[in-house]
Amino acid sequence: MLNAANDWITSHKIPLGLWMSDLVDLVRIHCTGLLDVISGTITWGVDSFTALLQAAPPIVLIVLAVAGTAALKRRFLAPTLVGVGLLFILNQGYWDDTMATLSLILFSTLISMLIGVPLGIAAAHRPWLDKAMHPLLDLMQTLPTFVYLIPTLILFGLGTVPGLISTIIFAIPAPIRMTEMGIASVSKTFLEAGEAFGATPRQLLWKIELPAALPMIRAGLTQCIMLSLSMVVIAALVGAGGLGVPVVRALNTVQVDVGFEAGFAIVILAIILDRVCRSGDSGQ
Amino acid sequence: MNSALSFRHVDIMFPSRKGGGLVDKAIALAREGKSRAEILEATGVVLGVSDANLEVERGKISVLMGLSGSGKSTLLRAANRLNKTVNGEVLIGNGVAHVDVASCNEDTLRDLRKTRIAMVFQQFAILPWRTVRENVGLGLELRDIAPAIRREMVDEKLELVGLDKWADSNVKSLSGGMQQRVGLARAFATDADILLMDEPFSALDPLIRRKLQDELMMLQKKLKKTILFVSHDIDEAMKIGNQITIMKEGRIVQTGTPQEIVAHPANDYVRDFISHMNPLPILSADSFMKPLSHDLSDLTIAGSGPYRLDIASGRLVSADGRSFSTLFLASGEPAPQTLAQDCILCVPETTPLSEIAALSQQSPWPLLVHNGSAITGLCDERSIISAVVQVSRDAA
Repeated sequence: MLNAANDWITSHKIPLGLWMSDLVDLVRIHCTGLLDVISGTITWGVDSFTALLQAAPPIVLIVLAVAGTAALKRRFLAPTLVGVGLLFILNQGYWDDTMATLSLILFSTLISMLIGVPLGIAAAHRPWLDKAMHPLLDLMQTLPTFVYLIPTLILFGLGTVPGLISTIIFAIPAPIRMTEMGIASVSKTFLEAGEAFGATPRQLLWKIELPAALPMIRAGLTQCIMLSLSMVVIAALVGAGGLGVPVVRALNTVQVDVGFEAGFAIVILAIILDRVCRSGDSGQ
Repeated sequence: MNSALSFRHVDIMFPSRKGGGLVDKAIALAREGKSRAEILEATGVVLGVSDANLEVERGKISVLMGLSGSGKSTLLRAANRLNKTVNGEVLIGNGVAHVDVASCNEDTLRDLRKTRIAMVFQQFAILPWRTVRENVGLGLELRDIAPAIRREMVDEKLELVGLDKWADSNVKSLSGGMQQRVGLARAFATDADILLMDEPFSALDPLIRRKLQDELMMLQKKLKKTILFVSHDIDEAMKIGNQITIMKEGRIVQTGTPQEIVAHPANDYVRDFISHMNPLPILSADSFMKPLSHDLSDLTIAGSGPYRLDIASGRLVSADGRSFSTLFLASGEPAPQTLAQDCILCVPETTPLSEIAALSQQSPWPLLVHNGSAITGLCDERSIISAVVQVSRDAA
C-alpha cells in the first residue's frame, strides 16, 4: 500500500525544472535582440570604466583616494588605512584585477540602487506590493547562486554580464529592504508637518520621506556594496574579470600562495569600501 | 459671515475594523446620546467627535479644553483635514465668502494649507536634518517661493520669536522651548491668518510653558491671528483664551468666555474643571475691590480723607492737605518699573487678582480701580487678602 503510494508519487514528477528551462528557452528565442543590446551596453560600460581605471597611474589614484577619504572623514585613521591598503595591493601585483573588480562592483551597486530605491519607496507606500515582494526577495537571497548562474549563462553567454546580473540578483534585496524600512518608519508627525503645510505627495517624498530615510538608504548602499563584493569569485567563474579570476585559477591549480594573495586583496578592498561608505554616517 | 472658522454639525468617526464598519449607524447612535463605549460595542466604530458646532471669531483665541480622549485634538485636526469628517461642514471664511475644508477638492485643500491655515504641533515636528532657518521656511518652500524672498520672510519671523541668532543652528542642539519657538515661527512664516495649535506647550516644563504663553499673547496683540488652541490645562485656557470650549467624550459640553464659564458652569463636569484651576489670574478687580462712591467721599488713604480728584493736576487731594499723584493704566498696559514716592496706581476693573497682588508690592499705597471713565473702587492689602482667603475656601 505504502509502496504503491510511493510509486505513484515518484512516477508523476511535477516538471518544475522543465518549466523553468522552457521559460528560459522562450526568453532566449524571443528576446535575442533585447538581450544583445543589454549585454552589449553593460559590457561596454564596465569594460571602458575598467580600462579608464587601469590606464590611470596607480600612484595618482591612490593619492586621490586618500585625499578624498580625508575630505570626507576629517580624521587620520581612515585615510591612512585607504593609503596603506591600496599600496599593499599595488605591491602584491593585483592592481589591475582590483580595478576591474572595483568597476564591476560600482556598476552592480549603481544598477541595484537605481532599481532598488524606487522599488523600496513603492513598496513602502503600497502594502500589497510589499507583501508580494517579500517572498521573492527571500528567494533571491536564499536560492543558491549557481542555480541562477546557469540561465544567465544561456541568455548572455560567458563574460561580464552574467556575473554582473548574478551579483545584482544577490545584492539588490538589501537596498530594496532598507529603503522600504526607512520610508515606512518615517515618524508620522514629520509627515503631518509636511501635509499641514500643503505638501503634494511628490513634495512629501522629496522633502520629508527621503531625507528622513536617508540614513537607512545609506546603510542599504553599504550592504549592497559588501554583498556585491562577496560575489566576486562566483562572477569570475562565468567569465567576469577581476580579483575572482586569480582565486578561481588558484583553486584549479591548487596554488595556496596565489589564493591567499588575491583573497587578502579582496578583504582589503572590502575594508576600504566599508570605511569610505560609512564616512557619511559619522555625524549621526 | 463674521467667523473666521466655523464647525457646523461635525462628526468624526474612526472605524476600528476594516471595511468601514457601520459609520452611519454610529452617527445615528451618537445623535441619540449613546456613549462612546456603547457605540463601539454596537458598531465597531470609535466616536471621535459628534455634532460639534463652534464659531471662532476673527482675531480671537479659542481654546478647546478637555481630558485626553475628549476629542479636542480630533476636532482641531478637522480644521485642516488631517482628520476627515464624515459629516458636517468646516468653514473657513475671508469675510465675504467661505470654503468648506471638509468637502473641498485636494488642490483647494492644499492651497488653504499653504496660505490660510498653519499648524503648531505638540511634539514640535521639527525636521532634524534641517537647520532652524530651513525648518521655518518649510511652508514657503512647499509654495515654491524663490530662495531670496523666502530667506527674507523667514528671517523676519525668526526675529519675531527671538531666534535670529540661531538661524543656522542645527535644530537637534536646541532645547524644547527653543524647538517650539521654531514651530511657532514656521507657522507664522506662511502668513496664514488661522493657526491651529495642538497642545503646543504641553511637552515643555512649567517655567518655559508660562514664558511661551506670555510670548504668544504678546505676539497675538501684534499679529491678531485667529487661533484654535487645544489644551488640557484649565489655567492655560483661562489665561490665553478669548473663548473656551469644554469637550467630553467627543461632544462639546459648553462654549463661552472664560468669565462665562467660571460664572455659569453648564454641569458638574465643567464645575469640576473650574474647581481645579488657579483663579488668581481670572478673578478681576471689580469682584473683590472695595467700592467707592462717585465723589470719593468715602476714600481714606493712610488715615486721612476724604479725597477729591483734582482734574487739572490729576492729583488726589485730601481735606486735611495731603496729596498724591495718580497714574492711570489702560487695560493690558504694564506698570512702570519704579513709581514716584507719592504715586498711586489706578488700574482697570478687569485687572486680575494675580496682577493686582504683584502691583501692590510696588508701592506702599493701595491701588485704585477705574472703569475707564471714573474711579470706582479701592484694592488695599486687606481686600487682596480676603479675596485670596475666599478663593482658597471655595477650592477646598
